Amino acid sequence: MALARRRFDTLIIGAGGAGLNAALQLANSGLSVAVVSKVFPTRSHTVAAQGGVNAALANVLPDNWHWHMFDTVKGSDYLGDQDAIEFMCREAIPTVYELEHAGVPFSRLPDGRIYQRKFGGQSQNFGGEQAARTCAAADRTGHAILHALYQQNLRAKTHFFDEWFAINLLRDDEGVVLGALVIEIATGDPLIIEAKTTLLATGGCGQVFRTNSNAHINTGDGMAMALRVGVPLMDMEFFQFHPTGIVGKGMLISEGVRGEGGYLINKDGERFMERYAPHAKDLASRDVVSRSIMTEIKEGRGCGPRADHVLLKVDHLDESVIAKRLPGIRESSKIFAGVDPVYEPIPVFPTAHYSMGGIPTDRFGRVVVPERHGEEAVPGLYAAGECACASVHGANRLGGNSLLDILVFGRLAGKDIRDYVRENPYHRNLDEAVVEAAIAPLERWEQGGEGPGVAEMRGTLQRLMEDHAGVFRTEAVMQEGVDKLTDLRERLAGARLRDHSKAFNTARIQALELDNLFDVGMAIAVSALHRKESRGAHSRPDYPERDDMQWMKHSLYFKAGDVMDYKPVRTKPLTVETFPPKPRVY
Amino acid sequence: MAQSLGREPMKFEIYRYHPETDSKPRMQAYEVEVERGMMLRDALLAIQAEDETFAFRHSCGEGVCGSDGVNVNGVNCLACTTPVSELKPPVQVRPMPGRPVIRDLVVDMSQFYNQYQSVDPWLKRTEPNPEHEIRQSPAHRDQLDGLYECIMCGCCSTSCPSFWWNPDKFLGPQALLTAARFVLDSRDQATAQRLDALEGPYKLFRCHTIMSCVEVCPKGLNPTRAIGQLKAMMLKDAV
Repeated sequence: MALARRRFDTLIIGAGGAGLNAALQLANSGLSVAVVSKVFPTRSHTVAAQGGVNAALANVLPDNWHWHMFDTVKGSDYLGDQDAIEFMCREAIPTVYELEHAGVPFSRLPDGRIYQRKFGGQSQNFGGEQAARTCAAADRTGHAILHALYQQNLRAKTHFFDEWFAINLLRDDEGVVLGALVIEIATGDPLIIEAKTTLLATGGCGQVFRTNSNAHINTGDGMAMALRVGVPLMDMEFFQFHPTGIVGKGMLISEGVRGEGGYLINKDGERFMERYAPHAKDLASRDVVSRSIMTEIKEGRGCGPRADHVLLKVDHLDESVIAKRLPGIRESSKIFAGVDPVYEPIPVFPTAHYSMGGIPTDRFGRVVVPERHGEEAVPGLYAAGECACASVHGANRLGGNSLLDILVFGRLAGKDIRDYVRENPYHRNLDEAVVEAAIAPLERWEQGGEGPGVAEMRGTLQRLMEDHAGVFRTEAVMQEGVDKLTDLRERLAGARLRDHSKAFNTARIQALELDNLFDVGMAIAVSALHRKESRGAHSRPDYPERDDMQWMKHSLYFKAGDVMDYKPVRTKPLTVETFPPKPRVY
Repeated sequence: MAQSLGREPMKFEIYRYHPETDSKPRMQAYEVEVERGMMLRDALLAIQAEDETFAFRHSCGEGVCGSDGVNVNGVNCLACTTPVSELKPPVQVRPMPGRPVIRDLVVDMSQFYNQYQSVDPWLKRTEPNPEHEIRQSPAHRDQLDGLYECIMCGCCSTSCPSFWWNPDKFLGPQALLTAARFVLDSRDQATAQRLDALEGPYKLFRCHTIMSCVEVCPKGLNPTRAIGQLKAMMLKDAV
């Protein structure tokens, strides 16, 4: 069957902050841009970001990009690439101003400048007093940014494929990426989109874990698509557990709550973070706070009848502060935890939140893979946002750096794509064999017969990942996890769809997402098993120390054979001195 | 307070329609084991886990993405922020009214999105941008509260009788709320042009202040008040 084809200069997969900021640059420069998104763009998960975006504007307290850079390098537990980090922290400032000009309704200071709040891991003067670096639109910053970017793309006449699902990349035998095979969800019809460049901006993969803060759509689609065309995933063992998810549910309670003066207490009413991080207390890095909460609970100081959570206390703050700065959090707490934080503390527990790892890119958004002497860009392929790894977050991301990452690198990828298209102005020939390889997953799910269902397989995978790749990781637990996952992956081949109809078949989409979750889950489990040290979010009771001699390097997981490779951390910044690794205390 | 922590069966009746096999829609009965704290979305997911042919949209699960607007016992709401404990069984779940049904609870929202686009929903400036932020006083910024938070779920417009009668001419509460969001933004420099574009008997003035939109908005926004503000500005503009 000959599939329908369409051609664009550039294809963007994903319509969150990274995809839309790239699209905006490209549409403004006159290229034909197709944005494929499995949900209507404003439903992308950027919409759920609460606290804000970091930029050293110095509107509230003294600040500069170099201090921001130091905090980010330290926060990364020295695994972040310092050239990319310097670049991001410098670019943060014009990026935020550009967003403001695009219409983002930031909260304001009395003099009319953008409001900035305190967030975890921020300091003045390279580790001194707390800084206030997070630019906020109340506690709905992601919503405000995503809507403004979508609106500007409407103005720029970006071509949207709303509710289309990308199945696989099209990569020819010379290694060039020629676009993607996609499917229209409403009709079930596949389509080939040929493009001179393809940008993966598909976001995170939090749905691999049972209790998570992520949307249903965060299934690691772009990461898995990259794996399937031979691109490795980098640093996948570093998965952030956000300290404050609503217990039992996982919905996020923003770090902004602690930034505005909230703090954590155990069953004795003790402000326990003072013991773990005497200086930064509740605004220590997320990995530190999550481990502290888990330790409190493990040692019997948890709250509630099952002693299974701690409390986030906000009721000492003025009601007007909560109304003005944290209205969304108050609403969520009432709906999902049944408590009004103005009067009662919120029950919280760490929740799977963010993938520091992802598709390896350079600081221009180009996807890079190892070659004999270093690394090389995959022609025509870009990645930005949570699905990518630049690497600016290293082993632990700071709050407020995620919106920043997607916006800076989305914008920059847009610029580099423009140059690439200028130098490569013609579509290459797309061979039928490439299409056949790409369509295989779709055809595989057309098989009839009996077998485990998609919902059941997804549930089993999520529990397995939670039990074997959670906050604390030992060799035995992780080895068992990889073994079980290997077995489960074999069972996946026997899984079957019951519903083979075409129109808006959500079951088929979930089946394709399940394939992606398995690919990403295996990348996390295998990468974690191999790293024999504790660094950032990767915490091993059997190897409790950071080991810079052996392990200050990035991991690369390849799907073929589930094998690992490694590459050095880029410790040389663009213009300033290297921040050498130091013990990380808050 | 005697509140059960256990699971109890609850009856649901779901609107089902599949364009490839059904000549007309039907209501299908399901029973779901519900527990304390369960949201309607959780119940719909439980149904889907047993019957994968059942389709509905959903994503964030916390009321910010706006995917899962549905009509429940006659009232529009977001499935993910509606506790099942507040619903009277049998819980009748239908697609949002007045829109073509694609399948089951999934409706075609194109017209709703077109109307949103028709108000030029982006900030317009004639002056060059400064090197820093455009300054905006907290009081001016406060004008946007109650407007910018819209999640475009469609609960309001699809519960508006004026929108049902004239979906092609009346812009509906969501698009008008969006128009107000830009008209009232002190940074926007196209106010007169925006107000002119709302002239005529239909686009704005078909709002008869029935206020269904206000009752159903899951974010507690007030499109009727926004429409009133637009009307007042148009009058002032005309004088």
